[in-house]
Amino acid sequence: MKSLRKPVYLVCGDYTMSFGTGRKEFNPKKSRPGLEHYIAEAGQAVVGQLPDPTVVDEGYVGNFMAARFNHQGHLGAMFALVHPSFEYKPSTRVEGACCSGGLSVASAVKSVLADASDVVLALGVEVQNTVKAIYGADILAGAGHYAGERKNGHAYFFPAKFSDRAGAYKERFGEKGTWEGMGRWYEQAIVNARTNEKAQEFQNADPDPFATHQAMKPNGKSFCDHINVLDCSKVSDGAAGILVASAVGLARAGKTPSEAVQLVGIGHAVADLTTAPQDLTKLTTSQRAVEQALAMAGLTIKDIGVFDIHDCFTITGILTVEALGLAPHGEGAAYVAAGKTRRDGPTPMNTTGGLVGWGHPTGASGVRQIVDVYKQLTGKAGSSQIQIPADRPYGLTISMGGNDRTVVACVLRRAA
Amino acid sequence: MDLDSRMSLVSVVGAAGKMGSGITFLLAQEMARLSLLPENKGKLYRLIAVDLDPNALRGLQEYVHVQAVKAAEKSAVGLRALYANRPDLVENSEIIEDYTRRIDAMVWPTTDLAAVAGSRLVFEAIVEKIEIKTSVYRQLKELCPDAYFFTNTSSVPIGVLDREAGLGGRVLGVHFYNPPPVQKLVEIIRADSTTDDVVAVATEIGKRLRKTLIPSHDVAGFIGNGHFIRDGNHGLAEAARLAKEHGWPKAFHIVNRVSQDWLLRPMGIFQLIDYVGIDVFKFIQTVMGKYLPETLSDPVIDRMIEKKVLGGQNPDGSQKPGFFTYEKGRIVSVYDLDKGVYLPLDPAGWTGEADAALGPLPEPFRPWKGLVGAPDRSAALVAHFERVAAQRSLGGELARTYLGRSREIGRKLVADGVAFDADGVNGVLTSGFFHLYGPINDYCK
Ligand SMILES: NC(=O)c1ccc[n+]([C@@H]2O[C@H](COP(=O)([O-])OP(=O)(O)OC[C@H]3O[C@@H](n4cnc5c(N)ncnc54)[C@H](O)[C@@H]3O)[C@@H](O)[C@H]2O)c1
Repeated sequence: MKSLRKPVYLVCGDYTMSFGTGRKEFNPKKSRPGLEHYIAEAGQAVVGQLPDPTVVDEGYVGNFMAARFNHQGHLGAMFALVHPSFEYKPSTRVEGACCSGGLSVASAVKSVLADASDVVLALGVEVQNTVKAIYGADILAGAGHYAGERKNGHAYFFPAKFSDRAGAYKERFGEKGTWEGMGRWYEQAIVNARTNEKAQEFQNADPDPFATHQAMKPNGKSFCDHINVLDCSKVSDGAAGILVASAVGLARAGKTPSEAVQLVGIGHAVADLTTAPQDLTKLTTSQRAVEQALAMAGLTIKDIGVFDIHDCFTITGILTVEALGLAPHGEGAAYVAAGKTRRDGPTPMNTTGGLVGWGHPTGASGVRQIVDVYKQLTGKAGSSQIQIPADRPYGLTISMGGNDRTVVACVLRRAA
Repeated sequence: MDLDSRMSLVSVVGAAGKMGSGITFLLAQEMARLSLLPENKGKLYRLIAVDLDPNALRGLQEYVHVQAVKAAEKSAVGLRALYANRPDLVENSEIIEDYTRRIDAMVWPTTDLAAVAGSRLVFEAIVEKIEIKTSVYRQLKELCPDAYFFTNTSSVPIGVLDREAGLGGRVLGVHFYNPPPVQKLVEIIRADSTTDDVVAVATEIGKRLRKTLIPSHDVAGFIGNGHFIRDGNHGLAEAARLAKEHGWPKAFHIVNRVSQDWLLRPMGIFQLIDYVGIDVFKFIQTVMGKYLPETLSDPVIDRMIEKKVLGGQNPDGSQKPGFFTYEKGRIVSVYDLDKGVYLPLDPAGWTGEADAALGPLPEPFRPWKGLVGAPDRSAALVAHFERVAAQRSLGGELARTYLGRSREIGRKLVADGVAFDADGVNGVLTSGFFHLYGPINDYCK
């Protein structure tokens, strides 16, 4: 897809709380709401904003591993939980590991572009706190190549994959600067999460998250060699949803372009799941997807005023800064350490905390990111709101699956 | 030393007790590790768990299983390396399940002592009664003529056991602390007759179980109880003295607070005696007293036992009433030894008066919990005890006397040849009792 053959709008985005450790009300021993609850809550928060929810034509449900976390497949049919009128409408569950949410939005966009539907509800959901972390690691390892790398992989498979990336980056560009950059990313995640009451780290009261991070040296015996647990995204239950609409659909939904954002570019790329990344210090697939999205929008990275990127680990935040072209190879850590990605910096990233601070219900994250950029661009971000520079009115999202294997990048701007 | 071959058939006698079950689990873990090494493929590993009580043996199986799952989940990173040559087991869940099954299958519970036949390592943790221990050892000697015997006794001299049962120097005190999987400290007590190889094997096992081994001489009570009983007796005598003026509840409260807050210990002395059990405390006093030229009994303990106030734990781990009663592990009332009733804590009333009599804590105050992992711990301790030394209050006075008595006990353990040196005493108190500092110190000269 080189260009968008007609305008595509996104509107009425919302999400549930990200639930799990960090929330004071979370108690691993108590029973918790399931997939049904999250899908209904997020879906209804979206369509509840419509005068008439029956205008929705179709649904997509992004989800990674409900089949293992919850022994539940067939999530497409849970779309009908959201509103009685959705019975007998089409709906599909889509999966691309942690990019499942990104794929849900991308699929909705394609359906609108194909004239198949005018109003599509893109949902994403994951309920992960059903198993202990050590078994959750098995499940999430499904985002890697099971036959090729699981047996020789680490107990905490994905943390170790990104620990290897952090290790390679440290070795090549310096231990101290890398570790500091990771600590600053963590600090920024917590500071931003505190602005959003649905964030998993909203209640984090640590007076100095950076110091806490720096003091917790990685320990390969119990976890990973180059990252600590604070470098990781959270284990989360949550869901997010947004409507994707054509111009006709937007009008039918009773919404004006001023309430919506417009998609101006989208990139979607995969790399071979069965081969390892060539250079651990680069996110080449993310870079490709971003280039596609910017080219379609006719923009450069200098035009972007707000970002929501896939920081599954703090090191991923740093590597993404470089994949975006904001800093040269090897200088992403210094870029972060200099505060340039903070909410008051020139290129604010993850204004509600990102995957490290807001939380990472895997299948929901890609949708949640679009929702947050939509809220920022339309002035609906509440206490998370930042000033969007008038000369850079665009937002960019990256949803990434596995070890940089499936990526969806979107460029958005306020519609009117 | 042929430890690895000895480890293929091991017995624990008294396996279902408090100490035996923990020791069984620790050994099962090490044997499971050995069974997974490529060179041991196909070899049978058996851990014979003998106990008189069949119900308790069922409980042991459950306990071992639950502990194995927990341990496997916690150590999954290392466990995967151990399973590297098992291509059929890929996920953490598969590996953890195999490991747990392996441990479950390793433990052979039985009430029949004859099942230990042929064992070359025997751990014993049966009741602390010398006649019973001796009679069991006489049978064990016949059943496993090559075995090395490791007794967990807290107070029986090892040389006496060796002589009475005729073990020919194949016995060693391997004194775990409760609960064995958690407590790092193991006191190693060698009798004059114990052979070198027995000690070498025990030392290697201790290392593999990642324990801190501290040698103690074969004197009843060894280092740990040698200090604990006398230290407890000091607290009890102080309370009896204070009770004359303040009554029992205030006296218990005051001494308990001094030993916890002023001495910076993890719990006060009477809470510790409650935890161990007042009857167990009495029992150790008696056994030690039998072998030592020293009276170790204490009238307060005897009166508590007369009134059937015994402390100790319920099966669910909660604390039974002793000097105090507890709710969720916190003290809520204090025993009045004269009236035989518990007086609820009352900060606005009697408890406040007792605290006022004590005087303020040395400020700025950091409790044990705040110091235990603190990088500036040694400097903080020096500063704390300088402030204690300068206090002109009852609290300061009691603390200085207590510290002095504890030091005296420690030095005596060295002088009497129970401990090899001051480090031995200090090591037992810091690693076995979680004190922040050893009793032999220069604080408050
Ligand atoms: N509990 C402690 O804190 C502690 C600490 C260090 C050492 N120890 C010592 O460990 C030993 C055991 O103490 P415990 O607290 O575990 O006691 P316990 O009463 O919990 O366990 C003793 C077990 O031995 C079994 N038993 C008794 N006689 C037996 C026999 N003839 N054959 C087989 N089994 C028999 C009992 O059924 C019971 O299960 C004692 O020597 C004690 O001094 C105890």
